[in-house]
Amino acid sequence: MSERWFLVKRNLLDFWKVFSRNRMGIMGAFLVAAAIFVAIFAPFLSPYTPNETIRDADGRGMTFAPPGLHGPLGTDDAGRDVWTQLVYGARISLTVGFLAGFISMAVGSLLGIIAGYFGGPVDTVLMRTTDVLLVIPDLPLMLVLVATLRQLDLRISPLVILVLVIGLLYWTSTARLIRSQVLSIKERQFVARARAIGAGHAHIIRKHIIPQVMPLVVANTVLILSTAILVESGLAFLGLGDPTKPSWGTMLNFAFDRSAISNGAWWFYLPPGLAIVWVTLGCVLLGNVLEEILNPRLSTHHLEGETRMVMRNEKFEIPSSDGVD
Amino acid sequence: MNRRDYLLRKILFAALTLLVVITLNFFLFRVLPGDPVRSVVGRNVRISPETQATLRAQFGLDKPIFPDQFFATIGQWARGNLGISWSLRQPVSEVLIAKLGNTLLLLMLGQLLAIILGVSLGLFAGWKRRTAIDVGALAFSLVAWAMPTFWLGIILLAAGSSWFGLPTGGIVDPRNIGKPLLEVLPDLARHLTLPTLTLTILYLGEYMLIMRSSVLEVLGEDYILTAKAKGLSNWQVLRKHALKNAMLPIVTLIAINLGFTVSGAIYIETVFSYDGLGKLFQTALTKQDLPLLQGAFLLLAVSVIIANMLADILYTYLDPRIRAT
Repeated sequence: MSERWFLVKRNLLDFWKVFSRNRMGIMGAFLVAAAIFVAIFAPFLSPYTPNETIRDADGRGMTFAPPGLHGPLGTDDAGRDVWTQLVYGARISLTVGFLAGFISMAVGSLLGIIAGYFGGPVDTVLMRTTDVLLVIPDLPLMLVLVATLRQLDLRISPLVILVLVIGLLYWTSTARLIRSQVLSIKERQFVARARAIGAGHAHIIRKHIIPQVMPLVVANTVLILSTAILVESGLAFLGLGDPTKPSWGTMLNFAFDRSAISNGAWWFYLPPGLAIVWVTLGCVLLGNVLEEILNPRLSTHHLEGETRMVMRNEKFEIPSSDGVD
Repeated sequence: MNRRDYLLRKILFAALTLLVVITLNFFLFRVLPGDPVRSVVGRNVRISPETQATLRAQFGLDKPIFPDQFFATIGQWARGNLGISWSLRQPVSEVLIAKLGNTLLLLMLGQLLAIILGVSLGLFAGWKRRTAIDVGALAFSLVAWAMPTFWLGIILLAAGSSWFGLPTGGIVDPRNIGKPLLEVLPDLARHLTLPTLTLTILYLGEYMLIMRSSVLEVLGEDYILTAKAKGLSNWQVLRKHALKNAMLPIVTLIAINLGFTVSGAIYIETVFSYDGLGKLFQTALTKQDLPLLQGAFLLLAVSVIIANMLADILYTYLDPRIRAT
């Protein structure tokens, strides 16, 4: 056990050595960590609650008060503090995004491992399924699914519906990535040896395949997170969020519907969007750098030395946005 | 691969995807509670028993679900009978066809501009790689990707209407409705400016990135070296040898983007109250008008699938590696 712990520690140290030299990675990590911090400590960051109407000295509700007049970010149409809504909104946006991202990751990795390891007809069926899912326009599909689910009156929270629909639609890129990785791992010698001494499929997958693909899964999850958070904001903007638990997307939905634009209340519609860009940008930067360090296929040739930087690698990519926008 | 086999595979795949979409739509159409006739005409519409019987017969509801009802429903869809919109009390297909042209106009304009600008900027960034222009282009596409479509629309709407006096919504001014096209053209252009700009900015980044990496790849090829050795100028090399080959991935991207553009249209038309399919989708969503929603989904999905297939076929003409064999 101690030997294994030592290995883990050494690997982590090696990883940190490469990672800490990468400015884009550090910046991405900072953006994501700051957002998580705000979400966790929301009650300590604001003296109000999100649904509280701010009143002036005469007891009238302060509607559309600009930042100078009240708080750092002013108030909305009902006189609620925008900053408070923003920090509490982080909780909803991040929770929905993270849960959906983790479902995609779990489904994608599981299917990718099965397809890559067993091959044959299972592989064909799974890969055709991902092909089909890639062609169907995803936003219309999600809207129809969510609307139908709501009509069914299943008594589940709209947020749960969002998590499930997003999570079960965006696993395709993960599945493809993991599959190709498993395909190459299963041909390596240590797998052949394990098989020769009689190890079963379950043992090989657990002891040899999963530890090898795990780093890549982590990197990919961070990228998927950015997609999930963007998609959530879009669906919430179209009115599919939970109005009693407003996420950043729901805030923008309110701002748009309640004529913040014609009232010139920029402090109502700019901050939630900036927050979304903040988090998605952080996830993309972090995910790209992680993938570059952890994905053997992207790493530069060993003769070029070990400084791997995103900008140096010509393969800098944004996540294959399965219709994110 | 043999070209005929390639085409056959693509067509078969499109057929498979169509089947999936149709089955899914059929399932959603039937999963609603109550008499399925209700889901065709609406909940609270009074219809005579005779009409009800006719509708039941039309959609085969007096027969078993599979195969009779399934094929009867598909037959009705193929004939353009998508049911009656609950909120508009009009046949869904008529409503859809009325809006199709507007959406096509917007999408084609936006895509065309994005492709022209993206390809030229990407070419330039790849050519001048690792300069400030290149890094700037990368940063731009990254931020454009991380930005929610509707939020970009909101910002442009607010800025454009208050600073440049551009219209905040619609396709033409209400006073101009019904006038000959030539007369309203300037007004139409003013209304189209902001939505088109949003769409262009959104897709520009992606085309730029793909073009950039494609150019980088092509520039490393031996025939470029040969061309340079022959004494061609940089511009000649770029235009005669690099551009054509580097354009190939763009064709694929256009096909892939079709589905995403549809999603973009839903957000952009909502923000700019642009009277097209996307706005219709959003209205149907807020009014819980399921037949309209599902009809629109069917139309969008089928168009995207067919367009994808056409792009694949077009590709065989462009890529000599497929044509030759």
